[in-house]
Amino acid sequence: MIQFIQNLIDAVALGSIYALVALGVGLLFGILRLINFAHGDYITIGAYALIVPSADVTARLLIGDWPWPVLIPTICLIVVIAALLTDAAVFRPLRRATSPTLMIASFAVSYIIQNGVLMAYGSRPKSVDLWSGANSQVFIGDLRVPMLQLITLAVTLVLMVAVTLFLRRTSYGIQMRAAAEDFRMAQYLGVRGNVVIGIAFALSGILAGVVSLLYTTQSGSLSHVMGVPLALFAFVAVVVGGMGSLVGAVVGGFVIGITVTMLQAYLPPDLRAFRDAFAFAFVILVLLVRPAGIIPSRSTFERV
Amino acid sequence: MTTLLEVDRISVRYGNLVALRDVSLTVAEGEVVCIIGPNGAGKSTTLAAIAGGVTPFSGDIRLQGESILGRQPEQIARLGLSLVPEGRHVFGTLTVEENLKIGGFVQGDRSTARADLDRMFTLFPRLAERRTMPAGRLSGGEQQMLVVARAVMTRPRLLLVDEPSLGLAPRIVDQIYEMLLDLRQRANLTLLINEQSSNRILKHADRIYVLRGARIQLEGTAAELQDGEAIRSAYFGFEDGATAKAEIPA
Repeated sequence: MIQFIQNLIDAVALGSIYALVALGVGLLFGILRLINFAHGDYITIGAYALIVPSADVTARLLIGDWPWPVLIPTICLIVVIAALLTDAAVFRPLRRATSPTLMIASFAVSYIIQNGVLMAYGSRPKSVDLWSGANSQVFIGDLRVPMLQLITLAVTLVLMVAVTLFLRRTSYGIQMRAAAEDFRMAQYLGVRGNVVIGIAFALSGILAGVVSLLYTTQSGSLSHVMGVPLALFAFVAVVVGGMGSLVGAVVGGFVIGITVTMLQAYLPPDLRAFRDAFAFAFVILVLLVRPAGIIPSRSTFERV
Repeated sequence: MTTLLEVDRISVRYGNLVALRDVSLTVAEGEVVCIIGPNGAGKSTTLAAIAGGVTPFSGDIRLQGESILGRQPEQIARLGLSLVPEGRHVFGTLTVEENLKIGGFVQGDRSTARADLDRMFTLFPRLAERRTMPAGRLSGGEQQMLVVARAVMTRPRLLLVDEPSLGLAPRIVDQIYEMLLDLRQRANLTLLINEQSSNRILKHADRIYVLRGARIQLEGTAAELQDGEAIRSAYFGFEDGATAKAEIPA
């Protein structure tokens, strides 16, 4: 039983990372119909911004050495700037393009960022020691819970409440929701398209920045493709949750995280290598039962 | 009367299909102008072109003498021109109040927007009762009421309304027209309305344009066109002398 609860905590912690990534992807998809595969590479940028640019194997911390109240906003700001730059350089000229075109463009952005990191930092994975104290464990009864998992959960909760409040209570939040539902109608009412899209990129940048810190602290290593699996799982989470629904993206993130962790824990050892195949088979099952995702978005139907 | 809107020989193409050919029309301050015509004549395209939703490949559109051709819809909205597209585009997952607030953001001043919101709720008690309800759950008539009220929240000088009666019961349509004409008085609105049918329009409009086959076929004041014969010929494209037995849909 203790073992199961232990696994469950692992699962929820991984799920909340996926949920944060999926939320970032979902925000952009909602408003721009862009599935941004470069989102994972925003995370890579945030992680590499922590260290001194060099090809050495052991990384020396740069921004990573700063006190956390300065470090966190700085990393988020860097990622936000990167996200806004990709919008200005690539996605803005493609505003009238179709969804598949945007998606392919996001692959291009992804490769450019990966190869940029490769040129500046070299191809070998680097080990970093960011906030290693957070990997200590706390005892709750008989449970040993890594501090970092509690932090991850708390941070996820805070960010989700913050995003929700932003979308519900602020004028730009309401404009974003309107634009996500019917972009052209929102424009006819004077909502500035590029402004709301910019805000969506900025929000997804903030989320990517936070994930880069949580992920780097946990894994202790950097690689130029570190964001790729995150973006892939987030994409799957968005599809499972229901394209166009933010709640769906978050739920999808947790579902994927929990599935993957539980498979890792309970599959027979011989089959563990095929964990992801089982995870994706599960995804196919979910989509067979609910083709529009767990929480279907209304707007995808009403648009017809 | 000063001219508010001038559409000067615009032509619009969707791929190989010509949707509008040299369409010209004017709307003077304070007028109620109607475009009538059969389905597919180009009425919606005309309004969309004026509001910046589609860009004509030739011609010019001027609002108060200044060309607005090629501007983004959001810029045109901020110049005081608001379009209510056909088909009641409410933001279905937003509440009634949030829908109205979107309209209020444009004009920038928070206290004016708040006062306008209160005014809308006084004018439309039915919307007030449903202010926290998702707009997608309103009835068709209530949604039409909401989209018009939302457009008025932007404080437009010129309101374009695309087929306000589409898919609504005649009684509701009467209410919608009452509301439009009432708003016209209260908010100093100039109206340009699209309709498929002419009888209601003849009562309310100052001037009428008949659009068919991507061209303006006829224009005139409501008084000139009162007997409906000229409109019918233009609407169906009868040659002079042909008996116009066909009926324009009510």
